[in-house]
Amino acid sequence: MALKANFIMEKHPLNKYVREDVLPHILCPGCGIGTVINAVARALKNLEVPPEDVVVVSGIGCSGRASGYFNTDSVHTTHGRALPLATAIKITKPHMKVIVIAGDGDLFAIGGNHFIHSARRNIDLTVIAVNNFNYGMTGGQLGPTTPSHAVTSTSKQGNFEHPFNLVHLAAAAGAVYVARWTTFHVNLLTKSIEKAISKRGFSFIDVISQCPTYFDRYNRLGDAVSALKLFQKRSVIKNGYDPALAIADPFDKIICGEFVNKERPEYSERLQNIIKERMREVVKNE
Amino acid sequence: MSNHNSMDSKVFFVQGNFAVVEGAIFSGMRFFAGYPITPSSEILERLSYRLPQVGGYFLQMEDEIASIMAAIGASFTGYKSMTATSGPGISLMSESIGYAIMTEAPLVLVHVMRGGPSTGAPTVGSQGDIMQVRWGTHGDHEYIALYPTSVQEMFDLTIEAFNLAEKYRTPVSLVSEELIAHMREKLIIPPRDEIKKRIINRKRPKVPPEEYFMYEVKENEYIPPMAFIGEGYHVHITGLSHDKSGFPTMDPEEYDALVRRLCDKIRRNKKDIVKYTEYFLDDSDIVVVAYGSPFRSSIHAVKDARKEGIKVGLLKLTTIWPFPEEVLRDKLSDKKAIIVPELNYVQLGREIKSAVYPAPTQFFPRPNGALHKPDEILSMIKKVYRNGVES
Repeated sequence: MALKANFIMEKHPLNKYVREDVLPHILCPGCGIGTVINAVARALKNLEVPPEDVVVVSGIGCSGRASGYFNTDSVHTTHGRALPLATAIKITKPHMKVIVIAGDGDLFAIGGNHFIHSARRNIDLTVIAVNNFNYGMTGGQLGPTTPSHAVTSTSKQGNFEHPFNLVHLAAAAGAVYVARWTTFHVNLLTKSIEKAISKRGFSFIDVISQCPTYFDRYNRLGDAVSALKLFQKRSVIKNGYDPALAIADPFDKIICGEFVNKERPEYSERLQNIIKERMREVVKNE
Repeated sequence: MSNHNSMDSKVFFVQGNFAVVEGAIFSGMRFFAGYPITPSSEILERLSYRLPQVGGYFLQMEDEIASIMAAIGASFTGYKSMTATSGPGISLMSESIGYAIMTEAPLVLVHVMRGGPSTGAPTVGSQGDIMQVRWGTHGDHEYIALYPTSVQEMFDLTIEAFNLAEKYRTPVSLVSEELIAHMREKLIIPPRDEIKKRIINRKRPKVPPEEYFMYEVKENEYIPPMAFIGEGYHVHITGLSHDKSGFPTMDPEEYDALVRRLCDKIRRNKKDIVKYTEYFLDDSDIVVVAYGSPFRSSIHAVKDARKEGIKVGLLKLTTIWPFPEEVLRDKLSDKKAIIVPELNYVQLGREIKSAVYPAPTQFFPRPNGALHKPDEILSMIKKVYRNGVES
C-alpha cells in the first residue's frame, strides 16, 4: 500500500489530521466523501484537538474507507458495526474524541439497530452519515434513504419503497445534537461538525452527498458540479425546524440546519459513576 | 452466594457459569459486553454485579453482534475483554469472530452450547456446535477452543483461555454445555498470588510510534506486538487484507503472508496449546475418547469395565481446536477399538476417526439432550469388547 504521493509538492494544510502516505485515495472522481473527510479534518484543526486524542471509526462501503485517511487511530470495522465498536472505545478511553463516519446503508440498513440503541443510550460519539441515497461500493443498489421513484441498480423502474428521514429517526431515538447539511455547505458543515464533536452525547449529522458514478448517473443529475448546484438549489436552511418535517429529497427539497441541540445524561459518564459507587461499597463492606 | 462481594482463595459450591466469571476477573478481564441467552445468561447477570466492583465495564448490548464488536473495540484499547452466549448468539457473532481473527484482537468467547439447530432445545446440554466453533466464520483460519468438564475446570480454563488469547493475539472460545454451566460443584480458588503467576499479557511494542508497524513480526515469529488505540501510535485496523502497516493491500504476496501467518501462529504452536489427559492408556486395547459431560460418564464406565477385567482406557480432550490429531495418531492408532460418545449426531468423532486410523472407531452419538449414563457407556464398551466396532 506504500504508494507515496510524490506529486504533492507542498505540505497539505490538513496533514496533521490526514495521512498523505496513503494517497491517492480510492474514491471516484467527484465523490462527496472527500468533502466530508475535509470537513472533519478542518473541524479537528479548528478545535485544536491533538490527533492522538482522536479515533475515527467507519463501517464498510465507500464511506467505510474514510477512516484510513485520518492521521489518527482509525478502525475500519465490519458492515454496520462501527457504533458498538466505537462505544467500547469511548467507554475505555473517555478522553478521546470518537468520530464515526459511515454510509446510509451501513448506519441505517444493516446497522440500524446499533444506531437507535447508541442514540438511546446517549453515548458520546460524533456520527456522520454520508448519505448518497444508494450503495456505491457494490454498484448503486437502493438503500434505506433512496427517495421514492429514484432509479438504482435494484430499482430500474423506480424505487417503490419509502425512504427513512434520518434526522427524524435520530431525534426520536434520543440524539442530543441532530443536523443536516449537504456537501455543498462545506463551511456550515465544518462548523456543525465542530459543535457535534464538542457536544457531550450522541451527535448526528446527515450529510447529503453526491454519487456521480451511480445514483447521479442513473437519475440524470449530471456530474459532481451539477449535483452540488442541485443541492444548492434544492436546499432550504431551517434551523430549529421540526425534524419530522425536514425532508431530504434531491428531487424536491433538502431541508438543512440544526434540528436538535439538547442535554441528556451521557452513557459513559454514568457508567463511570456506577463503577465508582460500587467500588466504594466494596471497600466499605470489607 | 450473591452476597459475596469477592471470591478469594476459598472453597465454594457454585455453578459453572459463576466459576467462569471469577476466572475471568482473576485473569484481569475488565470489559464484558453481552446479550441474554439461555444457558449462558448467568454469566451476564453475575458480571453486571461483579465487574463494577473491580472497576470493570459491564455493557448489556442490543444484540450479540454489538456485544462481540464492543468486546473487540475494548481489546483494541488494551482491555482483556469477553462475551458469553450460546449457539444462536455465536451464529450472529460469526462474521465478527473472523474480524477478531483478522485484526488479531485477543478476546475470550464463552460458548455455552444448547440443543440445536435453530432455537432447538435451549435448556438442555448439547455438543452440536463443535464444528460451528471451528468453522463458524468464513475464510482460512485456525481457532483455539478449550472444553472444561467440571466447575473447577470452568474456572481454570477461563484463565487458560485468556492466557492463550493474549499470547497468540486471537479470539479463544471456552466451550461448555448447559450441564457443565448450570451444574453446582466444588470450586477451589487458589491464593491470589498463585493465580497471578499464571497470568499472561499481550506483547507490547518497544519502539516509538514512527518506527512501529502494526503487524510486523521478526523472522520465524508469528505474533506482532500490539499497540493500543489512544497511545499515539496512529494505528489503522481493518478486516481487509492488509500489509504489516495495517493498511489494505491486494498484493498476492502480502495477502498470502498474512493468511499463512494467521494460521501458522496456531498450527505451529500446537504443542504449546493442546492439552489432554490420559487414563489407563498404556495397557488398554479399547480407548474411549471424550470431552465435556460424556467424559464424566465415561470415567465411571471405564473404571467399572476395568474392574471386570476389560483393558479399556480413556483420553480426555481439553483442547478441541486446534484438533490434536498428532496426539491421537501417536497414542491410539494401534488400539483395537476407539469409542467416541458425543452429545450430537457425530461431529468431533469424524476427526477422531480419521486421526486414529487404522484403529476402528465406534461412534456413540446422542443428539437429544439426554446424557450418556455411565451404564450405557459400560454396555457400549462391553459390546465393542465382545463384537468389535459396528461397521
